[in-house]
Amino acid sequence: MTSHLRIQCSRQNLQQVRDFVREFLLAGQSSELIVNQVVLAVDEVVANFIIHANGEDINQFLDLQLALIEQRLDVEIEDYGATIFAPSTVAPNPDLREYIRQGRKGGMGMALVSRIMDHVEFFERDAHTVCHLSKVLAK
Amino acid sequence: MGPTMKVTTHPTADTLTLVLDGELDASSAVVLDAELNKPEIVNYKKVLIDCQRLSYISSAGLGVFISHLQRLQDSDVKLVFFNMQEKVFNVFEILGLDSLMNIVPTQEEAQAA
Repeated sequence: MTSHLRIQCSRQNLQQVRDFVREFLLAGQSSELIVNQVVLAVDEVVANFIIHANGEDINQFLDLQLALIEQRLDVEIEDYGATIFAPSTVAPNPDLREYIRQGRKGGMGMALVSRIMDHVEFFERDAHTVCHLSKVLAK
Repeated sequence: MGPTMKVTTHPTADTLTLVLDGELDASSAVVLDAELNKPEIVNYKKVLIDCQRLSYISSAGLGVFISHLQRLQDSDVKLVFFNMQEKVFNVFEILGLDSLMNIVPTQEEAQAA
């Protein structure tokens, strides 16, 4: 089963992304917890692309491709913007006590993604940044 | 599309309850941040966050709470979450925030915290 979505780089489109992923996964039989985790991981990556890689330029767009074969979910998010965006894929381990002390707002998104997904990879294809996420979905 | 989060406030003499309704993401977190930024919030003894209708939270939403927590603690204001849905609590758990934030099951326990 596969599905595709294209969105402009506006954070207003994050809801549409979540609904797209949610509907795709709820057609299978994954638990609400697992569905929410995957929705969150995709949301975090897409938000990063929209805000940090593209500066919320609505003239830029992202392509999302979902594929579910047996219980393995593959997500590919392709950024058509000019900037190559490659956050560190070393599993981040933010010191949240320090974040609280500093009053820090950001920096937890990729930690969530790396803890939720089995595999996270950013690479370059045709001068675009592509993020590939995969997870074997438990029931 | 407008913000996907609605925040309603219910003040008493010493407690402010914020009722969250919707999904807290990078687009809607600004709505919550605006409420927690209000200077009068430090005049309360407790700020209770009613999460019964909070159906989703991303790192942006978590970041809003993290960014205000120290300021509230420095002003002796307790921040307490209650009525949290399992899938939302799970997000706090993934990051280990469930041990750093005060999350209780019911409003009664929140008021007694």
